[in-house]
Amino acid sequence: MRMWRLSGRIALIALWLVLAIFLLFPFYYALVSSLRPSADIFHVRYWPVAATLDNYRAVMTEQPFAGNILNSVIVATAVVLLSLGIGTFAAFALARVRFGGRRLLLYTILGVSMFPQVAVLSGLFEIVRMLGLYNNLLSLIFSYMIFTLPFTVWVLTAFMRELPVEIEEAAIMDGATPWTIVTRIFVPLMGPAMITTGLLAFIAAWNEFLFALSFTLTNSQRTVPVAIALITGASQYELPWGNIMAASAIVTVPLILLVLVFQKRLVAGLTAGAVKG
Amino acid sequence: MSLAGATNRQHLRSAWLFLAPMLVVLLLVAAWPLGRTFFYSITNATLVDMARYDLVGIDNYLAYVDGRWYGVLTDPEWLRALRNTLVFAFVSVSIETVLGVIIALVVNANLPGRGLMRAAMLVPWAIPTVVSAKIWGWMLNDQFGIVNDMLFRTGLIETPLAWLGGSGLAMVSIIAVDVWKTTPFVALLVLAALQTLPRDCYEAAQVDGIHPVKLFFRVTLPLIRPALAVAVIFRLLDAMRMFDLVYVLTGANSETMTLSVYARQQLVSFQDVGYGSAASTTLFFIIVLVTALYVAVLKPLGQER
Repeated sequence: MRMWRLSGRIALIALWLVLAIFLLFPFYYALVSSLRPSADIFHVRYWPVAATLDNYRAVMTEQPFAGNILNSVIVATAVVLLSLGIGTFAAFALARVRFGGRRLLLYTILGVSMFPQVAVLSGLFEIVRMLGLYNNLLSLIFSYMIFTLPFTVWVLTAFMRELPVEIEEAAIMDGATPWTIVTRIFVPLMGPAMITTGLLAFIAAWNEFLFALSFTLTNSQRTVPVAIALITGASQYELPWGNIMAASAIVTVPLILLVLVFQKRLVAGLTAGAVKG
Repeated sequence: MSLAGATNRQHLRSAWLFLAPMLVVLLLVAAWPLGRTFFYSITNATLVDMARYDLVGIDNYLAYVDGRWYGVLTDPEWLRALRNTLVFAFVSVSIETVLGVIIALVVNANLPGRGLMRAAMLVPWAIPTVVSAKIWGWMLNDQFGIVNDMLFRTGLIETPLAWLGGSGLAMVSIIAVDVWKTTPFVALLVLAALQTLPRDCYEAAQVDGIHPVKLFFRVTLPLIRPALAVAVIFRLLDAMRMFDLVYVLTGANSETMTLSVYARQQLVSFQDVGYGSAASTTLFFIIVLVTALYVAVLKPLGQER
């Protein structure tokens, strides 16, 4: 019996290792490739040989990649702050006040977040053109609200429902207005939940591709995903793979650190949005 | 809640006040543009000047002119994209669900380093799709890719395979990359559900000597079914609208073109707002239909218990 359990445990550890390698190998291989000298990149290597930072230098100097990162940071930050600001109040109303049509409204919000983005593309094009926002980061901040806002409201509502009713009952007895209840009681209590939700919305905005590809034109206005997707070489048949892998590594390393630090919270946020729906 | 009437009314009023900004924003970024897309689908507007158009009825969807059929619904490219989208969605979500449950069961074991494992599972999900598409594009490169190299070294292939086009493997590659990227997401949701299950139930089963496989199908699966159903609908909707992975990995290759890629190509590359909007509108209603079917199938299953 003991032996059997021990071998079961070893098999389990082996499975874990296989799974971890399967999940992380592409990222490892991107790192290895990004460190390879460009002359030698077309020989497959499983670990870094003659490592050099040339590809990283090339990505940062041959094109405005630092600018692209800044664009992504600006857009994602703005979208997250706007969504949290608007979403917290909406979530309070949805989670703590009973009114007719609340369920319908909640499902509509969920529906909007699962929308096929291409279905609003023509209509958004028209608005973006009309406001003169084409090839401007503001067009992305505007259009990204279609997925970050419903998502934020949905997850915050799920989190807010978990807080005990007694919290606001006491405040209502003391004659606090709903505004005071949200800003003085709920916002401080919801701090961790808001960080989680904000992180998830940030990642979603950071990764968005369709709108960023459609509403920007020049390299200086592009966000990271579009810049990486459109890296080209001397001809369309010679993609500079070293540069692409270096750019990929640059944007992935911070995400991996983020995931390592916040893994518990991110999972909590993801499941709050899904399971409790 | 037993609050005084006045406070209640005050609460209701502020509830709508609190909802107002969100409703206004969603109206502007979702409802209005969607309505405009529907409208543009019955016009012949172009991207050059969206303000000048004629109404053309349903011609963008279906038209019969001089003995020939025209319109999105009869375009062989569109039909191919429809097939691709349905195949992709059905196959990838099926694999991801089964594999996700298995992985969740494996990771649910009590081993040290579970936090690190969870972090590793978040990595494919957190990496931008464009970046993972590029990395996999490099790994699957027919001449210099590491996947062909591995298969060659282990003697599984004699000549390199063209994973990304020309050999019928492109859809397999797309599905494989999507499975890599989103199975961990499904697994994490299932894992969360597994961790809420009552322990005593399992201890009793262990005492009774019930076979683990039987235990899984009789106890675990019914208990995690609600969470699984939610994970599947999320994945299904995401798969039906899939754009970036295909756009970056295989581009306009008709072997893998999805409905989203097709619609954007008409709208942006060919500048045909009317036709492109018709394609977008059709996609929207296909997704509504699939969702409705899923809910209709699922509801009775849930009630039988």
